[in-house]
Amino acid sequence: MTVRPVPLLLAALALAVPLSLLAGQVWIDPLAPAARNALPILIELRLPRAVLALLVGGGLGAAGAAMQGYLRNPLADPGLFGIAPMAALGAVLSFWTGYAAQGWLLPLFALAGAALGMALLALIAGRTGGVALFTLAGMMIASLAGALTSLAISLAPNPFALSEIVTWLMGALADRGWPDVLIALPPTLLGLLVLWRTGPALDALMLGESAARSLGVDPARLLWRMVAGVGLVVGAGVAVAGIIGFVGLVVPHLVRLFTDRRPSALLLPSALAGALLLLVADCLCRLLPLAGGELRLGIALSLIGAPFFLRLLLAMRREIA
Amino acid sequence: MLAAKQVSVPGRLEAITTALRPGQITAICGPNGAGKSTLLACLAGLHAPTEGVALLDGHPVATLPPLTRARAIGFLPQDGAVAWDVTVETLVRLGRLPHRAGPEADAAAARAAMAALDLEGFAARPVSALSGGERARALLARVLAGEPRWILADEPLASLDLAHQLALLARFRILAAGGAGVVLVLHDLAQAMNQADRVLILDQGRLVADGPPETTLTHAMIAEVWGLDAHWLGEPGRRALAFSPS
Repeated sequence: MTVRPVPLLLAALALAVPLSLLAGQVWIDPLAPAARNALPILIELRLPRAVLALLVGGGLGAAGAAMQGYLRNPLADPGLFGIAPMAALGAVLSFWTGYAAQGWLLPLFALAGAALGMALLALIAGRTGGVALFTLAGMMIASLAGALTSLAISLAPNPFALSEIVTWLMGALADRGWPDVLIALPPTLLGLLVLWRTGPALDALMLGESAARSLGVDPARLLWRMVAGVGLVVGAGVAVAGIIGFVGLVVPHLVRLFTDRRPSALLLPSALAGALLLLVADCLCRLLPLAGGELRLGIALSLIGAPFFLRLLLAMRREIA
Repeated sequence: MLAAKQVSVPGRLEAITTALRPGQITAICGPNGAGKSTLLACLAGLHAPTEGVALLDGHPVATLPPLTRARAIGFLPQDGAVAWDVTVETLVRLGRLPHRAGPEADAAAARAAMAALDLEGFAARPVSALSGGERARALLARVLAGEPRWILADEPLASLDLAHQLALLARFRILAAGGAGVVLVLHDLAQAMNQADRVLILDQGRLVADGPPETTLTHAMIAEVWGLDAHWLGEPGRRALAFSPS
C-alpha cells in the first residue's frame, strides 16, 4: 500500500492544532460553559505559540530537506551554513548590551546576525564557489559565531544577563506572542517560497553537478537560492525561538521513506512534518511538569531526536551490512 | 552542427577546431590526460574554454540559455552517480526537467525512452537494485527522455561487459540513424574502429587526427599517440587489434 504523506500530515495537523490550543497547564474544555472565559488564553497565548511552532518547524523541516538534497548527504542539516549560530550570536549580543529588554529588538538582532552570516558566506565563497567551499565557509562561520557566543557568555555583564542568555540559547516558544509571529512570518514564508523553487534543480543535482548543469541547472543561482532560503527560515526561527536542533536533520529522514526520494518531493512533507513535530513537542513541554517552569523546547527535541536518530543510524548500518 | 573553433583550455586543450555532424557517431579517443573529457565538456557547454568557442548551429554553446542548451544537448557523465535511491522511472523522468512540457508529455517521453532501452519491466525498481548494465541503460534512458538532438557521453562503455557494450553501441547507432549526433569518449580502439563514423584523436591536448576510423586509427598513429605496436586484423567493420609484445 502506498502512503501519501501530504494528506496524512495535513490530517494530523488538523487534529494537532486544535488539541495544542486546548492543552496546557490550564486545560480548556471547549464544551464547558465557561469556555468563553478562556478565549484570551487561546488567542493571546496559545494561538500565537501554535502558529510560531508551525512556522519554525515548517521552515526547519523544509530547510533540512533542501540542505540534504543540495549536499546530496542524508546527514546534512540547515545549521551547516553557519546561519543559525550567527543569528544566535546576534540575539546573545542583544542580551549582552541590554537591548533585549525591549522585546522586539531581540529578534531583530538575531535577524541581523543571520543576515551577517549570509553576507559572510557571500564574501568568503564568492560568486562561483562550489558546494565544498560553501560548506567549509559555513562551518568556519558557525565555529566563529560559537566562539564569540561563548566569549559573550563568559564576559556577561551581570548574572541576570548570563542566565537570560543561557536560557534563551536552549530554545523555547514560551511567552511568545503575536509580535513574534509578525517578525517570523514574512521571512519564513519568503524563505519557504525560495526553497520550494529549488526543487527541480535539487532533483537534477542527484545526478552530480555536471549532469545537473547539462539539464539546465545554474549552480550559482541554485547556491544563492539555498543561502537565501535557508538563511531566511533559519534566521527567522532562531530570532523567535532560539536554537532548535534536530528538526532539520531528523524530519527529512522520517518522511523520505514515504516519497519517491526526489528532493523536490521531500520539501512539502518535510515542512508539514517539521511543523507537526514542533507543535507536538511544544505541547509536551507545556504539559510536562518541571520545577521552576517548563521544559525547554530545544532540550526536549534533542532528547527525543538523539535516540531516534541513533535508531535510524543503526537501521542504516544493518541495511549496509 | 556542433563545432569547436580554436578551443583552448590551459594545460588541457590546445586550439581544437573541428565540426561534428548530426546522424553520425563520433568517437573521441586518446590516452589518459589527453583532454577528451575536457573537449566533451566544452562541446556540451559545461566548461567554458579560455580561448576559442564551442558552437551549436553557429551559436556559442556557453552563452545559450541553459534550458535551450539542455533541450538540444544530452550529456551522460562518466561517474553515473545517483545520490538518492530513486526508481528507474523517477531517474528517467529527470531527463524531462528542461522541457516542462506537461505531465502527460513528460510521462510519454520517459516511457518511450525506457522502451527504447528495454527497461519497461524495471520502471519501479530502485536504482540500487540494478546490475551495472541495467544501470548504464537507465542512465542513458534519462538522457534519451530529454529527446536531445545531440548525445554526448563520457566513457559510456566503462565498467560494462562486452555484451552490454555492444548492446549500448547498437542503441547509439539507432539514435544516429534517427538523425541525432552522437559523440562518445571511448578508450576501446576496436570499438571506435568498428562503430564510429568518425574518430577524433587527442594527444596532450592537441587534435592529432580527425576523420574516418580507417584513416585515423592507423598503426603509425597508435604507435605515436599510445606508444603501442598494434596491428588491425579482420575486415572493415569487424576489426580486432593485435598487439606485438613490447
